[in-house]
Amino acid sequence: MYDVIIIGAGVSGCACARELSRYRLNICVLEREEDVCCGTSKANSAIVHAGFDAKSGSLMAKLNVEGNQRMEELSRELDFPFQRNGSLVVCFEPDGVPDLEALYERGIQNGVKELRIIERDELAELEPNISDHAIKALYAPTGGIVCPFGMNFAFAENAAANGVEFQFDTEVIGFEKQEACWKIKTSQGEFLTKYVVNAAGVYADVLHNMVSQEKLQITARRGNYCLLDHSAKGFVNHTVFQLPGKYGKGVLITPTVHGNILIGPTAVDIEDKEGTNTTQEELAELLEKASTTVTNLPVRQIITSFAGLRAHEDGHEFRIGQAKGAEGFIDCAGIESPGLTAAPAIGSMVADIIRKLANPQENPDFIGTRKGILDPRTLDYEERAKLIQKNPAYGAIVCRCEMITQGEIEDAINRPLGAKSLDGVKRRTRAGMGRCQSGFCSPKTMEILAEQRGVEIAEITKSGGNSKLIVGINKDKI
Amino acid sequence: MINYDIVIVGGGPAGLAAALSAKEHGVQSILVLERDKELGGILNQCIHNGFGLHTFQEELTGPEYAQRFIEKLKEAKIAYKLNTMVMDISSDKLVTAMNREEGILRIQAKAVILAMGCRERSRGALNIPGYRPAGVYSAGTAQRLVNMEGVLPGREVVILGSGDIGLIMARRMTLEGAKVQVVAELLPYSGGLKRNIVQCLDDFGIPLKLSHTVVDIQGKDRVQGVTIAQVDENKKPIPGTEEHYTCDTLLLSCGLIPENELSQELGVLMNPVTNGPQVDESLETSVEGVFACGNVLHVHDLVDFVSKEAQAAGKHAALYVRDGAERHSDQKIPILAENGVRYTVPCAIHPERMEETQTVRFRVGDVYKNCSIAVYLDQTCISRKKRPVAVPGEMEEVVLKKKDLQAVPGLSRITVKIEED
Amino acid sequence: METKDLTCIGCPMGCSLKVEINQGEPVNITGNTCKRGEDYARKEVTNPTRIVTSTVIVEGESQSVVSVKTREDIPKGKIFDVMRALKGVKIQAPVHVGDVVVSNVAGTGVDIVATREII
Repeated sequence: MYDVIIIGAGVSGCACARELSRYRLNICVLEREEDVCCGTSKANSAIVHAGFDAKSGSLMAKLNVEGNQRMEELSRELDFPFQRNGSLVVCFEPDGVPDLEALYERGIQNGVKELRIIERDELAELEPNISDHAIKALYAPTGGIVCPFGMNFAFAENAAANGVEFQFDTEVIGFEKQEACWKIKTSQGEFLTKYVVNAAGVYADVLHNMVSQEKLQITARRGNYCLLDHSAKGFVNHTVFQLPGKYGKGVLITPTVHGNILIGPTAVDIEDKEGTNTTQEELAELLEKASTTVTNLPVRQIITSFAGLRAHEDGHEFRIGQAKGAEGFIDCAGIESPGLTAAPAIGSMVADIIRKLANPQENPDFIGTRKGILDPRTLDYEERAKLIQKNPAYGAIVCRCEMITQGEIEDAINRPLGAKSLDGVKRRTRAGMGRCQSGFCSPKTMEILAEQRGVEIAEITKSGGNSKLIVGINKDKI
Repeated sequence: MINYDIVIVGGGPAGLAAALSAKEHGVQSILVLERDKELGGILNQCIHNGFGLHTFQEELTGPEYAQRFIEKLKEAKIAYKLNTMVMDISSDKLVTAMNREEGILRIQAKAVILAMGCRERSRGALNIPGYRPAGVYSAGTAQRLVNMEGVLPGREVVILGSGDIGLIMARRMTLEGAKVQVVAELLPYSGGLKRNIVQCLDDFGIPLKLSHTVVDIQGKDRVQGVTIAQVDENKKPIPGTEEHYTCDTLLLSCGLIPENELSQELGVLMNPVTNGPQVDESLETSVEGVFACGNVLHVHDLVDFVSKEAQAAGKHAALYVRDGAERHSDQKIPILAENGVRYTVPCAIHPERMEETQTVRFRVGDVYKNCSIAVYLDQTCISRKKRPVAVPGEMEEVVLKKKDLQAVPGLSRITVKIEED
Repeated sequence: METKDLTCIGCPMGCSLKVEINQGEPVNITGNTCKRGEDYARKEVTNPTRIVTSTVIVEGESQSVVSVKTREDIPKGKIFDVMRALKGVKIQAPVHVGDVVVSNVAGTGVDIVATREII
């Protein structure tokens, strides 16, 4: 019997797990996929919102501002990439100015610091590639960018180090309320727990509705993105939003913490909660909209496109708390943007709810820090030479686009909750994430995975499940 | 710090030929740096025949072609390092490289030859919509898996792009027991060699659909199917022309891009058309003493031409090492590519430094029938070569003569262009 | 008289050939720019042949494959017979370029030889 079972190993679920691991609780995270960070958390804008966007007085606004303020310290404690690069909401028409001012007012009410409206001259100085049509902008120096995988893995690994168990490939199919606990039926058998945390992303409504009469509706809102190579680094330096206007919400252009440029997302509500496909129409719309923000968008530098689903709750609000009529079942639902920013605060809030219910003792062995995968590019040549002397695997480049070494890949595989697939390695190390999109390194990475995990190369998948990369050997069917 | 006269970045066909040529031209101190575990580069995975007709007057497979150069390199006792990645080249030719055994290497060269080759255009760069399952491979990745690891990346295959690697892989996968259903090509003509369409597609009854592209990829874990559609003259898919193929694999063979990240960090001026460095008749880049050859310079159709070009680069690097500073710094004449000629290599020439003749290689931008390739010195046409057909998939060349160039006082430009009859 | 249009595969130029055929025999070949083209056209209308390249398994510490080819061209109709004959073939390292891997493959009279070195 577990004290707490968290459903979903995305950034919210893992933040909850990490915060709950501060207590003497028997905790398990159930994840449908083969790895941490496989749903909404892996495909989003990778930004830390300043907090001017959410409705004043909402939980979203509160947790956004709180999450933003904690990000620096947290990124140091848990060793994940975060950068406070500042964000800009750009207004292109005089008609938009009142909306821009309203956004400013809302930001002030929400407690966003250093917020100000800037004129075109200053804007053009901050972003030389900004469109000629830009007239004013809301400047939020507290806006930031983060590696969403990095944050998610950091929470998960730190939780695991503090005793939280993880069960992968485990899909929840039903609940049974028993005397003093919940029985969770899954694809891998049944689990008993006193408390359930429902952090199932776009499926959080499905799980919630299994146990509560007060129904929840979460719509998968798809966003297509394009990622540009780091050769486009510096094209923009801030996260540049378009002021929402008569053409809808607009798209953003932002640097990533790894020096790429990301543009997106579109917003299309879809029925299929698995619809993570990009579409011709959305990609075209995305590029067209992004081209209005800046001049000469370097579209030739696009190295990949992808789609993510936002868990849009009908009321556009985070639904965090005990589900009505379901004692001990705590929702962590409707976590869409600014969910990534709010994750640290969401984790604390859920932990607090359970603390009040379970009244647990503190975990005296809790370790609040975690070390990420060493990035040798942060070392100078002398330090790097020493590292290679100690472990020669750091002298062998596997991914030549991102310059990722075998040492990093082996670390990614062998650390707690290590990578099992190509995508797992990619999200942890960036191997295969560069301009050739794993064309050169995938055979080598597959070899390393097979060797380190002690399995046949044919067993290695792209992302778990049926995503086999090799289907046979030469001539086996002739 | 280690010192070498010439450091060659890349041990593929270009690097090997450049090294041998540099040695033949008197330089003893040469180092080849190769990132893979063996010399030969991409030739090692090109196990099909068709290499070497120009160089050796016989038809060899890729590994055999490479082997001949590797043996010569070893006979010539030219130094090389495997599994060694070049991290940085400074403009004063300090090369920083890394490997397991020696850690970080700092190598001071007098001349550097860039021979890093190219990479394939990825799905992302093509912006193909759909899911992102396993089973979408670049043709070269599939080639490595099938030819070097002996494993099959798929059984029911659709290929997008009719570049040579895609055509060759259509045959290879068919021979090894996969079913290749169709090759779709965005353009109204194939980017590959005609012989490969005959012996890789026609021989096996594999249809080639020109002016078609992939508009959707289905399957969440593994590819389950793709949709292809016809495209209009603007390469936009035509609604209503979609055809669905059930398959587990999509191979992409949609063009090659020279790998010039090192060159760009070094500050070498690039040609936006080739994505390779701008070079003069010596194959010297805008950074003095840094030369380029092979697919890092421009994507070739035949390895024989790579070897030839690399020999020239090796020779010029050797001459630079010998009398670098004392070269004539005479006038540099630009070569302009016009009317259907997409680019030229070299893109400039020093008439005094050039040899008696200079081959200028280029590609055309479209299919031209019954055309002429004309060369102008300023406004004067000095040669016009008839071509029954010129296609983008095959490299073209013209030969310039030193005496012609020197006969024009105050020559300001050379123009190469297509003239349709 | 029958005429057949071919693309020469003798070299990468890919010349367009026209072959006039009389009672199964090529009588006039045009479009070729070298002797190779003429030979190709003659063969292609009477007995088309191809070089086949593939891989066979090399047994050793870590299993790998070595690339192989038919030393000469074989009848086009026998391509898949050759492939079937290579199925299951395993050889031991070391392997050198030109080593015979299978002799007289699929009764073609042509040997399969290794095209690279495995030490």
